[in-house]
Amino acid sequence: MINEILQMNGYGFYVWSAFSFTLVSFSALYIVIKIQYVKERNKFVSKFGALDSKKAEVARSQIINKEILSSSQSI
Amino acid sequence: MLKFLEPNKIFLITSKAPKYVMALFIVVLSLGLIESLILSPEDYKQSHSVRIMYVHVPAAWISLGIFSSITILSLSGFIFKNKHFFLIAKSLAPSGLVFNIIALVTGSIWGKPTWGTWWAWDARITSMLILVLFYLMYLLAWRIYNDKEQVFKITTIITIFGIINVPIIKYSVDWWNTLHQPASINILSKSTIHSSMLFPLMIMTAAFALFSLLIFLMKYNTELIKIKNKGLDRL
Repeated sequence: MINEILQMNGYGFYVWSAFSFTLVSFSALYIVIKIQYVKERNKFVSKFGALDSKKAEVARSQIINKEILSSSQSI
Repeated sequence: MLKFLEPNKIFLITSKAPKYVMALFIVVLSLGLIESLILSPEDYKQSHSVRIMYVHVPAAWISLGIFSSITILSLSGFIFKNKHFFLIAKSLAPSGLVFNIIALVTGSIWGKPTWGTWWAWDARITSMLILVLFYLMYLLAWRIYNDKEQVFKITTIITIFGIINVPIIKYSVDWWNTLHQPASINILSKSTIHSSMLFPLMIMTAAFALFSLLIFLMKYNTELIKIKNKGLDRL
């Protein structure tokens, strides 16, 4: 049964290559986008931390800034 | 007008959505892989090589759909003078490019057992290759140009030229004698594909659509944070 699925009548190499390429491409794209996201978020968090209390208060008044800070552990 | 496109409001949704989309994607993809690799029947002519269709066709459909969406969004950005449309278009492009490459590579792998060659300068394949070049030009333009107005203009021009290629891709198999087979699934007329193959194809298409949505959301959030980073510099 497993051999049959792997060999697929001699077409196994082609079928598994196509599916593997697709899944590897998905993983690579996900990792690249995730790295970009984490990098930007970390940059934001460190910039936010460097603000003085007055500026930090102004920045915190924006909902999106609060969301970015709270989403540090999401995805 | 178009106040619903306010980044603050959108981010509230887009920052939370990826984990749910990811979970749904894993479930649908697992189901799709079982259907397409194990449960679906082999073709009477192509035997098991027909299974490549379950990754090749959805990838091609989605790459074409994304490019069309990017064009509509870019034009809308110009018409409504809304930069947000450009941001959405930019966030869609990476998954569109990857799906286009997947369609080309899996098509090439499928070509070897069915046509006896990895590559042919056939109208459908060549026009898909041209679409990859338009995706690359679009993404490069965003990297090269720093001036926002300039990049909006250039990316829109690229998409306008690129969209001309989309109907050529679609109808290339009807207009020219190609190695590539004509469409088996038609919206307006009766499809020639059996339901036992159509079902896994639809599941895989749903899985691929969910993946492009996931990548779009993550990329879009990254772009919004980038803008907010610049905002913090100005404080």
